[in-house]
This record gives sequence, structure tokens and C-alpha cells, in this order.
Amino acid sequence: METTRLIMVAVGGQGNLLASKVLGEAALISGVQVRMSEIHGMAQRGGVVESAIVFGKATSSIISDGEADILLGFEPAETLRALNRCNKDTKVITNTATLPPFTVSIGKGVYPEVENIKELLKEKCASLVAIDAMKLAKEAGSPMSVNIVLLGALIQSGSLGFTKENVIEAIKRRTKKAFLDKNLNAFELGFVAAQNYSS
Amino acid sequence: MHKLLNDSPGKQIMLLGNEAIARGAIEAGVAFATTYPGTPSSEISLNLFQMSQESDLYFEYSTNEKVALEVAAAAANSGLRTFCMMKHVGLNVAADPFMTLAYVGVTGGMVILSADDPSMFSSQNEQDNRYYAKFGNLPMLEPSSVPEAKEMMRYAFDLSEELNQPVLVRTTTRINHSNAFVTFGDMKPRQTKGKFIHEPLRCVTVPAVSRQLHVKLLEKMKKARGICEESSFNSVIGSGKFGIIVNGVSFHYALDAVKDLGIKGDTKILRLGFSNPMPKKLIKNFLKDCEKVLVIEEGEAFMEEAVKAFAQEAGLMIPINGKSEELFSRLSEYDPAMVREKIAAYFGIEYTPKEKLSADNVPPIPMRPPNLCSGCSHRATFYEVKQAARDMDIICPTDIGCYTLGFLPPLNMGDFVICMGSSVSSSCGFGQATDQKVISFIGDSTFFHSGITGLVNAVFNNHNFTLVILENGTTAMTGHQPHPGVDMERLGLDGFGRINIENLVRALGVEHVSVIKPFKVKKSIETIRQALEYKGVSVILSQEPCALYAKSLKILKPRAFKVSDKCVDHKDCVNSIACPSFYIEDGKVKIDADTCVGCAVCAQICPENAITPLKK
Repeated sequence: METTRLIMVAVGGQGNLLASKVLGEAALISGVQVRMSEIHGMAQRGGVVESAIVFGKATSSIISDGEADILLGFEPAETLRALNRCNKDTKVITNTATLPPFTVSIGKGVYPEVENIKELLKEKCASLVAIDAMKLAKEAGSPMSVNIVLLGALIQSGSLGFTKENVIEAIKRRTKKAFLDKNLNAFELGFVAAQNYSS
Repeated sequence: MHKLLNDSPGKQIMLLGNEAIARGAIEAGVAFATTYPGTPSSEISLNLFQMSQESDLYFEYSTNEKVALEVAAAAANSGLRTFCMMKHVGLNVAADPFMTLAYVGVTGGMVILSADDPSMFSSQNEQDNRYYAKFGNLPMLEPSSVPEAKEMMRYAFDLSEELNQPVLVRTTTRINHSNAFVTFGDMKPRQTKGKFIHEPLRCVTVPAVSRQLHVKLLEKMKKARGICEESSFNSVIGSGKFGIIVNGVSFHYALDAVKDLGIKGDTKILRLGFSNPMPKKLIKNFLKDCEKVLVIEEGEAFMEEAVKAFAQEAGLMIPINGKSEELFSRLSEYDPAMVREKIAAYFGIEYTPKEKLSADNVPPIPMRPPNLCSGCSHRATFYEVKQAARDMDIICPTDIGCYTLGFLPPLNMGDFVICMGSSVSSSCGFGQATDQKVISFIGDSTFFHSGITGLVNAVFNNHNFTLVILENGTTAMTGHQPHPGVDMERLGLDGFGRINIENLVRALGVEHVSVIKPFKVKKSIETIRQALEYKGVSVILSQEPCALYAKSLKILKPRAFKVSDKCVDHKDCVNSIACPSFYIEDGKVKIDADTCVGCAVCAQICPENAITPLKK
């Protein structure tokens, strides 16, 4: 495959590092080259966690500003903050469930309206899929499965060229057995929600 | 079985750079490994620590990097394959043994790994440790990718034994924290017991001996240069009039850029992976038929200066550039688009970068700085010290760990930090140089690392300050590694000693020592107040396990609190401690029951007693 560059942004604790591992495993199963880069350290301290995943021919393992083909945002304000990673051809998939930073509680900033965030993303980028991944994760049986719901939506977009079966196999290999059923539900719910999404 | 102990050559697996490095050491038959944890190196040691529990590999978390290197130096001089890893600033701590161990050398293969952090994702500076290789006269290897990091680790042990010299492997964050497919190689057997052969004329560095050793060291480096000239880690790709010399992760940015710009036919790239000593002949040959040369390296102009000197020796007048206002910076890491743009500009290739999206109508997005966790005992301690010192003009030297975040509002506890252990020693200086009250903070792991010597100094020189030791029972920031005060039996590990910090502090001669339990707010403030009033050195031990760690060990069972109807909106809780479990809904403070662990500090601060346990 040609090169596809995916940026994932999340808040520490939302499980984006696990999501990257699942995608890496899916790439291995699908015979696609992949390089990923992550920023660790502050992840559990409530900061922003970003993963860059490069699929295909390019050999670099990071993605420059403005060069993401796909942006997957685990939190709407963080998706908007990552707009500088996108260009007019970028496909955006975002969670709409908010996690306001504590700076908002202490009056040092105002959380933008989610509808406004969606409008801006839609206006500036090639396409937008916005789903309430938290609601779907709870429906699947665990609020911890937000990451897998979003993977479902990502795979539905077809941008990575992975088959559903290969990703399900990767989920089986890379996530805890005790959560497997919930994660498989979550994946399916995310997939279907993206399919039914009309902006 | 640990995944990195899997003896199945040819197996392909997705690994983190740090896992690949650990695997490379295992494949090379490493028998002895030491470290002090530091990001971005921490997962290398974590994996070795785990593997040591199910194999005959010896691994230890040493007190600090100097100790780690000295422990390792002995093993490597007993003939064992030895690995000592640290973050870049750790090598400053270990610089003393590093410089003279280079003179002494080793009998078993020894690899010292420095994990540099361009852009300072989790560090206090972005020093370029390639200069340590040059400074100390050690051969240096620099991987450009995750799979190569494993291969270089394997080779580094062989090279070390060929030269009887430690080898420096220098990585950057984008190697340590990238993932890629890695193919397992075969595993060499581990030799776990060695024998020290008495060689006083090599190992006892009195001046007369060291004068001879320095001569030998230069000879070894001459031999190393010969090996380096032929090394497959230094390779030329392509041919043409445009020359690019590159190291580390920038190699792949350059490869991609040359392809994207369509100048493959005109460009040759020299990648230096074995970069100290520099392959002089190879570089001169490379320069000969170039019209123009661009040197791409994050950090300082380490290669560029050498390349320019070689060009001068060879009488070549071609333009050679790298660091300049128009080209590359000495600041921060590089990225693919930057490298593409600079290559295009330098060689005069037409290139239009992708149009940036306009941010005109994007509203300001509230910042999300890292924050102390819900139920973090440091937050409670900072609040209490602040209350106890509210009428004092204070200076708060702090140290390196999660608690450095205490400098952020609203706690604002943290005025000065330069390196591990500096809280204690700088308090000596501030106390003497000013009439301000000095209150400093240090974590337990950092205290063992390099706080103790500062405290000895304080007692001997009769300084005047209060030191708060934040005893949370682990090395929290880097991922909960043990330290000499940790109860290892609780982790199911036997064969370890344990040092009681209170006894140690008393034994050092500190006369005013007190202990607080920071979740008892009122009592803690009273105790702190007494310590602050003491003239001389006083130490407060704030004892409460790290909440994340306690949760992972299941010794903390979260019990959430809620804000009841009695709340009349003082917002003292939010404004004074800003716990991330607070949120505001319709103007009212609420507590997120999913993240609140029930430390009850806010409940004790609320003037209306409106915060109460949530009944499930």
C-alpha cells in the first residue's frame, strides 16, 4: 500500500497506546509495514497523549504538522487542538464525549461547544465522523472500551485497507481475555455508528 | 515466559524501541545489567528487571547512575557481558566513572546506553551526549530505527570485546518510544559468573598508571577508527552530486524526502551509525565528487564540524552546511516535512509544502497541562506547607519527579530545580544567601539518588532550612520502579534490604525530624508549622503511598466523595487544590466519582463541611 499517516490524540488514561498496539498487530496480520511513535511519561498525569502511526512505504516514524491523512480524536477539544496536524484532505473521526481539563474548573479557559468543534472540523477537513464513543462503550459493557469503539469507526472508514476480520483477530491477540467480549461488542458498535453517521 | 526471552529466531514481533534494545542485549548474552530509571530509557530496564525474575540474568536498580556504572564496571572487569543504561542527564551523574573507566577498559563486553531527549518531552535539558563519546574516547553507535537498535546492541558487545573498551550506544526518544516490526535473532548463552584477574597496572589509576593508560586509550581509538571505516553501520546509499550526511532518526526523514522530491538520481546519502570515532577516509571519499553537502543531525553540529575539518584536510572547497539560520536548528527534534523542506531549499529543488489550514475562526482551546493525579499525596502536602507558611516569605527549591508539577497554579510550590538532588543542596545556598525561609521538596527515590549528600552538607555546615521528603514508597514518575526504601516483599520479591528514611535522617544528625500523614490536614499543618519555626535543619517526612501505585497493588480501594447540598459555592476546594476530579456543572462544583479515590483532603478544606462520602 502507499503511505497512510494516522494521528491519534487522547487524554492520558483513555487507552490510545493500547489502540496503537492493536493497529500494529492488525498491520502485522495484514502484511502491511508500520512504524509508530508515542510520547510517554506524562500519560498517566492527565496530559495529552499522541500516537503517530505510519502505514505503508514511508520509513519515517513520525508525522509532521499538516501531514496526517487521518486524525482519530478520543476527546473533542483534543481533536480540535490537533487541527494543525491536518490538511484539507484529512479525514477526521472524533469522539464527542468531553473530558474538560481542570484548567476549565479553575476558570482558566472555556471549553468550546461540541457542535462548534464539529462544524469547524467539517468545514476545514475532507470529512468528519463524530460519535459518542463513551455512550457506545457503556452500551458495550465497559466505559474502558472507548478506544475500541473508536477503532471500529476508524476501520469502517476503510482508509487503512484492513479487513474487519484481521482487526478482530488483533483485538483478540492484544487485549485482555476478560474484556474480550466487551471489546468485540465495542468494536462492532463503533463500526456500525460510523456506517450510520451522516454529517 | 517474558516475550523477550522467547528463543525463536526468525519470529517477527511488534516491539517498542526500548524492548528491542533489551532484546538485543539478551540476544548478545548479557549477564549483568544496572540502571537508575529515567525517561526515555525506562522501559529498557523495566523489561530487564522482569526478565531477571525468570532467568539467571542479574539486574539491579542502583541508587543512582554513578553507582550503576561503577557496579557495572566491576562486572565488566570480571569478564561478564554488562549493560548499563540511563537517560542523557544520568550520564552527567555517571560522568566521573565514565571518563576513567574509558582508560581502564573492560574484559567482558560492556555497553553504556544514553537515551537523549531532543525536544525535552520529559527532561530538564536537551544536551547532546554524542560529545561524551568524543570527550571520554569511547566508540559510539547510533541506531536510526527500532530494528536496527536491536542489531546494534548485539554488535556493541562484540565491538566492546574486540577493543576491550566500553561502547556507548546513543539513542533519542524517537527510537526509544517508537514501535516497529523486529525479527528475533538467535540467543547467545549467558555467562553469569566471571573471574577478576589482578592487573594493577591497568586497574589502579594512580597517575603513573593512568599516563600509560591514556596512551593505550588513544591506540584503542585508532583501532576503533579502522573498524569504523569498514563498518556496515556507515553506509552510502545512491550516487549523485548532492551529498547528505545524516545520523539517527533523521536518516529516514532524509530517505523519504529524497524520494518525495524526486532527486534520488542526483543524491547520495551517507548514514553514520558508528559515529565515534568518525570514519575519516570514508567521509573524505564521499565528499570528493559532491557539489554540495548537507549535514542533517538533531542537536549540536557534532558531525558537521568533523566533516568540515576532513574537507579542509582533503583540500576540498565545496559548500558544507547544516546548522544555520536558514537551515537546521540546534533546538528540538526534527520532522519529515522540515527535513524535506530544507533539502529542497539547499539543493534548489522546487517544492511546495501542503497548504496549512487556517486557524482564524478556531476558538481558544483550554490548556491541558499534566497535573498531579486525583488523590495524589503531594497535592495535600503542598497545600499544608502553603497553609503553615502563609505569613512567611518563602523560597521552595524542588526536585525531579511528579512533585515538580507542584509549581503549577494554584499550588505554586516550586521555585528552583536544576537536577536530581539539587533541592537539598540549593536550600543550603538559599538559606545562607537570603533571609527568606527556605522550604524544599524531594521525593524518596530522588533523596536516595542524590539528596543524602546535600543533607550531610547541611548538617555539617549548620544550614537553615526545612526539607520535606515526600515518601510515596516508589519511583512514581518513571513508572513505579523500586528504590532502597521500598518494601520489596509486598511486590512478592525476596532477597532485598530496606532502608528506613527516618532512621537515616536521624543518623545523619538532623535534630528536628517530624512525620506527617498528609491526608490528616489539620494535624499536618500544625506539625509543619513547628518544623518551620526551628532554626537549623529540620526534616519533615510526608508518608503516604502514591495513589496510582497503591491502586495497582490493590492496597487502595477508591471510595468516592460527593459535594452535598450544603455547598454554598466558596469554591475553596477548586481554587486551593485543583484536584482533577473536580468539575463545574451549572456553576456548581461536582466530583467525578469514577476518578475520586477518597483522600478526603477537599472534605477537610471545605468551610461548610459540604463534601461527604458518596454512599453507593
